[in-house]
Amino acid sequence: MKVYVPRDAAARALGSDAVAAVFEAAGHTVIRNGSRGMIWLEPLVEIEENGIRSAWGPVAPGDVAGILDGSVESLGPVEDIPFFARQQRLTFARCGLIDPLDLADYEAHGGLKGLRRAIEMGPEAIVTEVKNSGLRGRGGAGFPTGIKWETVAKARGPQKYIVCNADEGDSGTFADRMIMEGDPFTLIEGMVIAGLAVGATKGYVYIRSEYPDAIEVMERAVEIARQNNILGRVLHSSHEFDIEIRVGAGAYVCGEETSLLNSLEGKRGVVRAKPPLPALEGFMGRPTVVNNVLSLATVPVILEKGAALYEGFGLGRSKGTMPIQIAGNVRHGGLFETAFGMPLGELVNDVAGGTASGRPVKAVQVGGPLGAYFAPEKFDTPFGYEEFDGQGGLIGHAGIVVFDDSADMLGLARFAMEFCAVESCGKCTPCRIGAVRGVETLDRIAAGDAGAVPLLVDLCQTMKHGSLCALGGFTPYPVMSALEQFPEEFQGVREAAE
Amino acid sequence: MTATAAPHETAQVSEIARIIAAHLHREGPLLPILHDVQAGYGHIPAAAHSPIAEALNITRAELHGVISFYHDFKDKQAGVHVVKICRAEACQSVGANALSEAVLGKLGLDWHGTTPDGRVTVEPVYCLGLCACGPAAMVDGTLKGRATVETLLAEVTA
Repeated sequence: MKVYVPRDAAARALGSDAVAAVFEAAGHTVIRNGSRGMIWLEPLVEIEENGIRSAWGPVAPGDVAGILDGSVESLGPVEDIPFFARQQRLTFARCGLIDPLDLADYEAHGGLKGLRRAIEMGPEAIVTEVKNSGLRGRGGAGFPTGIKWETVAKARGPQKYIVCNADEGDSGTFADRMIMEGDPFTLIEGMVIAGLAVGATKGYVYIRSEYPDAIEVMERAVEIARQNNILGRVLHSSHEFDIEIRVGAGAYVCGEETSLLNSLEGKRGVVRAKPPLPALEGFMGRPTVVNNVLSLATVPVILEKGAALYEGFGLGRSKGTMPIQIAGNVRHGGLFETAFGMPLGELVNDVAGGTASGRPVKAVQVGGPLGAYFAPEKFDTPFGYEEFDGQGGLIGHAGIVVFDDSADMLGLARFAMEFCAVESCGKCTPCRIGAVRGVETLDRIAAGDAGAVPLLVDLCQTMKHGSLCALGGFTPYPVMSALEQFPEEFQGVREAAE
Repeated sequence: MTATAAPHETAQVSEIARIIAAHLHREGPLLPILHDVQAGYGHIPAAAHSPIAEALNITRAELHGVISFYHDFKDKQAGVHVVKICRAEACQSVGANALSEAVLGKLGLDWHGTTPDGRVTVEPVYCLGLCACGPAAMVDGTLKGRATVETLLAEVTA
């Protein structure tokens, strides 16, 4: 009998450690797996017996005795729970299924097949495979991963780097955290493949300090990978690759790739002007691939199963699957990986089951604090990069935050500006000053000065077109989308937000 | 007039030297050094500035610029307990504003404030990655999902 109790940070935040302790006290060995992604069922316990793996959740310590004596009914196998059954899991296929730090378990579920194939193929063929897969940067920008790799592969330098951006600061997103805690070897394998493809021998994973569990799991996984020749001399081939884990220090802007590189170098995390591209002059001024966790963690399955299989999923220029994170005021929140193309409304109403409060959905914010609000009128928008762009929004890192009808849209617009002011790196004026003026202008509107609305629109235009990076440049998305879809809340008849 | 360093200051200087030495081989060693100093002392003591600046061949002004840029690095120690409450949108959608107002109100604090007895500091945090089980908080490094005023205060005022 095998008992699985997740060690995922969300499961732990909901009490999974205490549940695991009760199973251990009853004499059972507990495997601390990642989360299966159904956060409303966490702590989700699974017990495997006679080849059948059944789930219970949410489990409190007091439920354990009943689970063991059979008096508490099971939810059945996770694979049969509708939220899970309708997913197409490629990147997250192993997350929650395996013991995250058991390399044999990883290999038994397809791990390292991609890397072995990559070693046989050689650098140019790897780049071609990734290009053909249609994989685009999962951090939000959506730049084709294979083209970025090609640029670095062709660049000349004494040393090249793979930098994994694990500074997942967007509200409503937790996929990077989940994969690092639940299947860390897939990220390591993806980075090694990237290293082979471009000729880099050193990789860094820059993890935000708000993710202590992910940092711990990744540190241990890197150590295990070194002991087993995944890192070092890669699978006893002629290739060298090593990874170092680095920890951020609480600056949201360091999720922007150039400020991340400055931070990694030990500087203030200010944004660099582009060009030069990091692909040519990145970490320490050398050619550097900067990829999001999900982009790199998807590479092994592409190499394992082939570009054609991956490219066969999706919609238009959005190829493959996306681990969508459903969050906020939602009945069934969690990680839902599916092919691009599902309409937003289906995700919110069918998959997630509407709001947790049971009240009507007023708006959803897609793509983090810099993403636009979508009112239900836009719920037929299919989930894809171009499709969301066409509706004045962005998919970003694919977080969806649901709000019920009690949401204060002017207050949320003000918060967007306030957040930008707190987190601005200060390098460019539209962001540094604009965000502060944005808060003031929204306060004027809240206090009754509806005449300040044109000023707010003008300010948003300046920030959008004049900022160096997405922080100042995209803060207008939530602000303008709230203003355009809920103009009645900006009429200046209400009390101040604060 | 020469001042003699107190024994604890000498110990601090050698400990800081040890931390610096442990990271100096890295590419970009400054953040790892600052994290270790912050973890060891609960802040970045002024006595650490000169040795770090010298070892890394940067000016003290540059070092100050880095320390002050990042929210994690403090110039003074926080309270015995640190409560971080998520202010980001996903947590706002499930009542984070009311939660933080109540916690701050009961403790008589503003954000970043510490109670007069030095027991509790409350800080804002922007996302802990617990967006499907908010409101989220972190109490002394331990994550809390679906946090309530009672659960947060019970831990730090007991």
